[in-house]
Amino acid sequence: MTPSILIFFVLAALAVIGAVSLILQRHPIHSALSLIVVMVALAGLYLLLGAEFVTAVQIIVYGGAIMVLFIFVIMLLNDGEEERTNFSKLATFGGIPLAVAIAGLIAAAIAHSTGDLPAATANGSLTSSKTLSMLIFTDFVYPFELTSFLILIAILGAIVLAQREN
Amino acid sequence: MNEFLSQYAYLIVPIIKIAILVLVVLTVDAYLTWLERKVIAHIQARWGPHRVGPHGLLQPLADGLKFIFKEDPMPANVDKVAYVLAPFITFLLAFTSLAVIPFGPQTFTIWGYQTTVGIADVNISLLVLFAITALGVYGIALAGWGSNSKYSLLGGLRSSAQMISYELSLTLSVVGVLLIASDFSLRKIVEQQGTSGNGLLSWNIFPQIIGFTCFFISAIAETNRVPFDLPEAESELVAGFHTEYASMKFAMFFIAEYTSMIAVSCLATILFFGGWLSPFPASWTFTFYLPSVILIPFGLWVIFDGIRYENIFGRILLPGIGTILTLLGAALLLFPQVNGIVQGPFWFFAKVFIFLFVYIWMRGTLPRFRYDQLMSFGWKFLLPVSIANVILTSAVILWRTRQ
Repeated sequence: MTPSILIFFVLAALAVIGAVSLILQRHPIHSALSLIVVMVALAGLYLLLGAEFVTAVQIIVYGGAIMVLFIFVIMLLNDGEEERTNFSKLATFGGIPLAVAIAGLIAAAIAHSTGDLPAATANGSLTSSKTLSMLIFTDFVYPFELTSFLILIAILGAIVLAQREN
Repeated sequence: MNEFLSQYAYLIVPIIKIAILVLVVLTVDAYLTWLERKVIAHIQARWGPHRVGPHGLLQPLADGLKFIFKEDPMPANVDKVAYVLAPFITFLLAFTSLAVIPFGPQTFTIWGYQTTVGIADVNISLLVLFAITALGVYGIALAGWGSNSKYSLLGGLRSSAQMISYELSLTLSVVGVLLIASDFSLRKIVEQQGTSGNGLLSWNIFPQIIGFTCFFISAIAETNRVPFDLPEAESELVAGFHTEYASMKFAMFFIAEYTSMIAVSCLATILFFGGWLSPFPASWTFTFYLPSVILIPFGLWVIFDGIRYENIFGRILLPGIGTILTLLGAALLLFPQVNGIVQGPFWFFAKVFIFLFVYIWMRGTLPRFRYDQLMSFGWKFLLPVSIANVILTSAVILWRTRQ
């Protein structure tokens, strides 16, 4: 077993454990902390693929900015622990079969895939921050600008909603 | 044995380097608290620590022992996971941020493994540093929330809001430097500032004076130091987020604060003040003797001051330290090769020391911001100015390339 595969399994296990703990925790802050573990483990997986820039951005944006905002809001509301409830009917009769079906679908897809997948190339065209930014600001400049416009509208909407309550 | 060493050098060498760095930084942290107390005392016309050892030089040791042997009570109804985890996260991240900082220009080979002065030489070291800073909020936020105390919670909330606000201008203020260097690697950024051979004139501080001002202000806010120390404003919040911590857990917050001060000073040195580069033009070879010229007179002065000290312990210890410093300076004169190696780190640490002194100086001088002033200053002044700096810098670079 090569070191990189070992690191992959550790990080993958961390991500899965974090995701499960995110759902099972009863306190919102513990759930948020589990989500941070998932984000950082995913960043480690990106690093393993040789995408340094994406790793840093994943930690700065998701691990840092967004999750800090989550924690900040939870702390501000200072909510207590959640009560355990019986599962809703929809979750029992709709959710569980659906989850099994999706898991089966993925398993079948993996089982049917023949041959080796093409190996990911480290230091390929997408990993360097320079080529990545060149692509964003030349070929994909319209989608990029549209996305930022969409986010701006969302921020304005949030401000309008917050103002109305006062 | 040698075979083993060369086979696992990629593991052993970094571990040794990390151990040395951690030891050095912990010692510097300890003496930084001594320096801070001394400098602030002299600003306020007092003597500062004076009893433990000559000139209070053993005070950090006494403080360290006190922290270790103090009782470490856990308050009732705290969130145990968050309460215990918080100081560790803060401590760990503060030290991790030092891992990507290059301290000198040389590369050397140990046991067939080529390595640099610094722990890791990453292509995107600046982004790594920002990623670590981004995670740094959690330690303080969790400490504030996990302590189950109103003062701590308010301190934690203030701190998270402050760090989110000032992280934006911190990141935007270095974009100017990135545009000039067109690289994320701290090593490349320093090397780019030394290409012209004009010494101090080619540093980034001159084209990026606005960027540096924004960077330094936001960096102080990120490290929660005066005048931005609202998370632990003692007159309002007792001690803010670390009110409920004692013993080593408190010491970890304390050490982390000083370590992140060092990290920020290193970053300011690298980004704007040419890192390990000498401020003099390369043709002025006599500046090579500057480390000796500073060390020898300082050592002699310490000896001269020490022999008149009031107790016998000081009359032995101080001249001893002075003799070591003088001999060190003389050794640098005698061995030009060693002197050549020392040049880079000498300038680096000299600049870092000046920044650390400015940090302490400000603590002795400036009053604390009011909370609403802090927020409006960050969002309405610092952020627009750093965005304007980005636009200005890109416009100038574009204009120059068009010519």
